[in-house]
Amino acid sequence: MTSSGADTNFSNEQMLGFYRDMLRIRRVEEQLGKDSLAGNLPGAVHLYIGQEAVGVGICSQLRDDDWIASNHRGHGHFLAKGGDTKLLVAEVYGRKTGICRGHGGSMHVADFSKGIIGANGIVGAGISITTGAAWAAQLDGNGAVGVAFFGDGAANQGVLCEALNVSTLWKLPVIFVCENNGFSEFSPYSTVTSGSIADRAKPYGAAHETIDGNDLIEVWQCAARAIRRARDGKGPTLIEARTYRHSGHVVGEHTFLSGTYRSEEEVEQKKAGDPIPAFAKRILEAGQASQADLDRIDAEITAEVAEAVAFAEESPYPDPADQGAGYMFA
Amino acid sequence: MAELTYREAVADAIAQEMERDDKVVFLGEDIAKAGGVFKTTVGLYDKFGPDRVRDTPISEQAILGAAMGAAMTGLRPIAEIMFSDFFAVCWDIVVNQIAKTRYMTGGQVTMPLVIRSANGGGVRFGAQHSQSIENWAMMIPGLKVIAPSTPADVKGLLAASIRDPDPVIFFEQKSLYGDKGEIPDGEHVDELGTAKVVRDGTDAVIYALAAMVPRSIKAAERLEADLGIRVSVVDVRSLVPLDTRTIFSEFRKSGRAFTVEENPRLCGWGAELSSLITEECFWDMDLPVTRITTPHIPLAAADNLEDRMIPSVDRIYETVRAGLD
Repeated sequence: MTSSGADTNFSNEQMLGFYRDMLRIRRVEEQLGKDSLAGNLPGAVHLYIGQEAVGVGICSQLRDDDWIASNHRGHGHFLAKGGDTKLLVAEVYGRKTGICRGHGGSMHVADFSKGIIGANGIVGAGISITTGAAWAAQLDGNGAVGVAFFGDGAANQGVLCEALNVSTLWKLPVIFVCENNGFSEFSPYSTVTSGSIADRAKPYGAAHETIDGNDLIEVWQCAARAIRRARDGKGPTLIEARTYRHSGHVVGEHTFLSGTYRSEEEVEQKKAGDPIPAFAKRILEAGQASQADLDRIDAEITAEVAEAVAFAEESPYPDPADQGAGYMFA
Repeated sequence: MAELTYREAVADAIAQEMERDDKVVFLGEDIAKAGGVFKTTVGLYDKFGPDRVRDTPISEQAILGAAMGAAMTGLRPIAEIMFSDFFAVCWDIVVNQIAKTRYMTGGQVTMPLVIRSANGGGVRFGAQHSQSIENWAMMIPGLKVIAPSTPADVKGLLAASIRDPDPVIFFEQKSLYGDKGEIPDGEHVDELGTAKVVRDGTDAVIYALAAMVPRSIKAAERLEADLGIRVSVVDVRSLVPLDTRTIFSEFRKSGRAFTVEENPRLCGWGAELSSLITEECFWDMDLPVTRITTPHIPLAAADNLEDRMIPSVDRIYETVRAGLD
């Protein structure tokens, strides 16, 4: 039940805004990928490259008081929901100036002032937490919605069934966004997942759609329907956005994996579906901007990323005196 | 002073707090229309309605995820996990999410929620419905852990837990649900992190929790009546925060301590107390700290076996007597 992009007219500014938001994620992730490989970052870094159209297509129409929960691959959602580039990069660098003061790291970036409940290191955990945020919003009557981003791997956690059941029963304003990027860590979809993920909403009577997650306009339109449904009190929607994980599960995986789980040919072929060049082409063909406009945005984003890295590198590490019970207990 | 049962004190505390603060909501399995499988929440649904007192599916991950998400976004949820054994099916939400999110986000958020649960044995439910799991909760940084022994403490400590800005695991010992006790009139709110000396004595001190408190008091009474041994009893009440001030000051009176724990022996809270006392009160020690616990095996359903496993008045009496001999 998807519709073409032709019936949605976005202004030139809106289209360039989508482009800018996707490109910001891409450039930040490329930078963090390099930094991680170079050994400059603590811990594991999971890149969102290739999936930008999903996060931006959905978050670009959320309000600050709408809630999102994310997963270990969470930098893109953080930026798409309005999180600050510098605060993100400093956090991934483990610095005191990071959004979580260096206490969270890559897998736990959160900004409650922007409605970002947080990335999460436990696969599938954000699904039930978002359900709770949506429950609070329903009781409050403020019209806010909750959006849980998770992967096809997380769809195999039992908590998805619990959350679909209870959110349909209670008509909660929640949207479950499964970014099917083809891989459950290092296992291809077909080796660990049966059937279609969107279809898992059927027995609960929940709305569900399968969309091309690389097409920002298609994502946007689907999200608009789901958000409307949620705000109108009609309950949850499960969106399966089909996309592709350009990078590995984790930066540097080639250093510890003994085998390969996908061929280079497959990766190259799938990269042809990259959402960002496709969107640039669409803008140019519609005459909504010139190549010079796009180049200018890229230059601005590149400068923004460089500034964020400089900010992180110049920032102090967290003060050990600052780590105690004050953050653990209120 | 009204006399209430331990189970009635639960609903009394929740009603007191729900009347006071409309952000307090309550969810769990069979807690609303059915009034709770232990009849601990009778009347709350009729009084506060389905928005605030809500039955859930048998979905512990969804229950605690809902409580957590709501707590972070403005509500003060109380969630019930029917039997504490069932924490095992939603332990991720407790340990990796609820306990850690404030810390991981650099203190951006508070987590004002209470998870109530019926804990412990003595009711012949067998190994999956009888565990005393306070030691599981105690070892997780970021959780507060409370286990009251009297109806008054149920009300006062549950009210304090609901008002607390941090996540509290509130263990109700199911073998105590029928116990009666006086409850102060009017609003009653106690203080987390406080132990209580419930019996004075100078020859030794027993530290006990929940159902082990009345048993320890009975054993102490018999020790005095039979042998003239005067044993004080400290109701620990709060494992996190732990009231080390009261624990140490009571220890220093005699230098002889016993712990009475319903949890299985390995890594029980008494081991932590023993370690703390050894480190902080070594020069006041007259005897090694002796632990009286359930053995490190699953609980049996058969009456005689379960009775033998959980510390009894006789076992407490005999262990203290032999220890002081």
